[in-house]
Amino acid sequence: MNATPSALLLTALRHASLVLFVTIIAVFGALAPKFLTADNAINVLIQSTPTGIVAVGMTFVLLTAGVDLSVGAIMFLSAAIAGKMLAAGQPLPLALGAMLATGLGFGAINAFFITRLRIAPFIVTLALLFVGRGLALTITQTRAMNLPDRFLQLGSARVAGVPLPLVVLGAVLLVAHVVLMRTPFGRQIYALGNHPANARKAGIRTQRILATVYLISGLCAALGGILSLAQLGAVSPKFGEAYEFKAIAAAVLGGTSLFGGRGAVFPGTLLGAVLIQSIESGLVILNADPYLYPVITAAVIFLAVLTDSTRHTLLARLNRRRIRQELPT
Amino acid sequence: MSTAAAVEFDGIGQSFSGVRVLRGVSFTVGASRTLGLVGENGAGKSTLMNILGGNLRSDTGRMILRGQPYAPAHPTDATRAGIGLIHQELNLFSNLTIAENIFLTSFPRARALPWIDQRTLHARTAALLRDVGLELAPDTLVDRLSAGERQLVEIARALSLDARLIIFDEPTTSLSARETGTLFALLRRLQSQGIALIYISHILDHVRQLCHDLVVLRDGAVVAQGPIETFSTPAIVSAMVGRNLTQLYPTRRGAPATEPALEVRGVSQPHIVCDIRFTLRRGEVLGLSGLMGAGRSELARILFGLDPCSRGEILVSGRPLAGANTRRRIERGLAFLTEDRRHEGLCLEASIADNLALASIRSHARTPLKLIDRTGWQRAISTIREAVRLTAKAEDTQPAQTLSGGNQQKVVLGKWLLASPSVLILDEPTRGVDVGAKFELYQLIMDLADRGSGILVISSEIEELIGVCDRILVMSQGEIRGEFSRPEFSSERLLAAALPRESPA
Repeated sequence: MNATPSALLLTALRHASLVLFVTIIAVFGALAPKFLTADNAINVLIQSTPTGIVAVGMTFVLLTAGVDLSVGAIMFLSAAIAGKMLAAGQPLPLALGAMLATGLGFGAINAFFITRLRIAPFIVTLALLFVGRGLALTITQTRAMNLPDRFLQLGSARVAGVPLPLVVLGAVLLVAHVVLMRTPFGRQIYALGNHPANARKAGIRTQRILATVYLISGLCAALGGILSLAQLGAVSPKFGEAYEFKAIAAAVLGGTSLFGGRGAVFPGTLLGAVLIQSIESGLVILNADPYLYPVITAAVIFLAVLTDSTRHTLLARLNRRRIRQELPT
Repeated sequence: MSTAAAVEFDGIGQSFSGVRVLRGVSFTVGASRTLGLVGENGAGKSTLMNILGGNLRSDTGRMILRGQPYAPAHPTDATRAGIGLIHQELNLFSNLTIAENIFLTSFPRARALPWIDQRTLHARTAALLRDVGLELAPDTLVDRLSAGERQLVEIARALSLDARLIIFDEPTTSLSARETGTLFALLRRLQSQGIALIYISHILDHVRQLCHDLVVLRDGAVVAQGPIETFSTPAIVSAMVGRNLTQLYPTRRGAPATEPALEVRGVSQPHIVCDIRFTLRRGEVLGLSGLMGAGRSELARILFGLDPCSRGEILVSGRPLAGANTRRRIERGLAFLTEDRRHEGLCLEASIADNLALASIRSHARTPLKLIDRTGWQRAISTIREAVRLTAKAEDTQPAQTLSGGNQQKVVLGKWLLASPSVLILDEPTRGVDVGAKFELYQLIMDLADRGSGILVISSEIEELIGVCDRILVMSQGEIRGEFSRPEFSSERLLAAALPRESPA
């Protein structure tokens, strides 16, 4: 039998985010029984859909060892544009289409600067973060904008009894998972993240793949914006703020590496997004000081990253070559 | 000739920032022939193969592939033209499975669907793995494979792309003797299937065993070519270095002193090494021989403080190290040139000067604020460049990765020489280094010994240890199994001591 204590610990560490997830749920459940009700569970799930979808896009980018800091700004700008269009009496589908187009457009700008002009993703997307938020503030004249009820109805609509946001999240996850795990494009993303120079030498069209992941991230950000807007019903000047960090945190909590080539949207990123939302709603139920939310979320993220690095050290130690057979002492 | 040549190079020329790397290279690889391509590090072999493989476009000249003009713009073009390139640094992705690595750019698709047909992928990979003699499941992660197994996966990949011409760039450098045997058997099978091969290696015996024809490159030009039988090994060597190398090893002038430089007393670590005891004297070159996996590199890592040791004592110049970390050990005069110079010995993207300064920079921080004395530092760099005879073509500011293998090794050695170590541990110092540079490295090692340092050389080449050492220890299964002084040196004895014994049940 090989079930040494370190092997057991390793199994626990391998499923670190799951262990963390169960622990968080158990802790909040013990502190506030209301947290464990089915109603609350569905609420948490629905509330985590915007983060989840943005984080799915972010996972694609992180797998290539890039980063997209512009997702929150894309959410805000596309929401602002949709708000203006609806206020001017344009039909809802057209406004939704415009949001998605904005996401794709920003994704395309990111992709252009990163793949054609070879500027670091961090810099390009940071710049677009400011450009996007600036444009959106100009459009909204920094005032909050209420949206017509038609939009809010999207958030509470049901498809075959399932809330629409969950259907959208499920569809996005399914498509993303199949693309990443089962298509040549997906596997090539992993190869690119593992070793960009070798990926090029192996004949992979690396620039095309890079461009595509930023398009996907932009599109997911806009879709996340739609879902968030449908829950809030208004575009405030803070709309979409800090979503880039929520999305990165969700992906990392789910086991995606910032160095590329490692991670998955399912169950990883989904678990990460739900975990972040659980902490937030748990704290709300407990009536905790809102200023403490970021501190506690940060502590959980830190724990997740710590377990991940412990796992690596432990794995390296377990896999060290054994040269001689020691007699049992 | 009845069939068209596999490939014909016609006047290939290439320059990098004004330095001519290839000049008018012309030769032909005949259909179904195996051509050995040899030359010193930096002679232009890899550049030429990168041109053939579509990674680079040549400035001048043209290539003809099986009678058709051939000008690849991208590696994909080379692949499509039936060229497989097995790089020195393997091109596999450790986070993907064997099957995914092989079919990365040619996944079988389910009919009219965007996703991969897993069953076909599995079956085709299994068939290819059988062809190359690798008994592993297609969905094994490449991360878990040994260097030899990875090489076979690379070959399977080339075969999957119907390669008719496969280039091997130093394929045996990281393989064990048995893996090399497997590889050669496979290469012979490829030859019998009519696949043309270009085989690049510094190991002339291997070239002689495998190749029909030979091309020698020197300073970017073809200096000799013809059927392999027409060359004697000394003739190949002198063509490569451009002078007659009558001696492979420098003459040892000095002799070991009596004071110890390094004393190892009963060093043990469970599962790794057991009760290692020896004394390395000042001015002595001590060899550490043994088969792969005997624990030699692991012992070196323990001595240098990179890995823990549970029992035993290590003394440098008579004083115990007593749990000092690696940095303290460097200050105490230990230096370690690792086996893997690209990843552990160099910061590839940093400049030559920065790499040289790495181990000794603190001694140049002289002012009260510990700022670096640039002039003194610069002076030290130029002195050491001269001492290790680093190529004059390279600028101090040039990244280390632009140097050839031999010159990279000189930079690593220079880095340690600047720290003036009293004990220098060298792990496979001449791996992947050409004959001419090898001689210079041996000379540098001996000079350092003559100046009073103790040198511990780990090498898998028994001939090399016999050529440079005063004394040789043999390791096997993590223990020292033999000690030989100069008069007792013989390959047979060393090898006999290195063979593992039957382990207790």
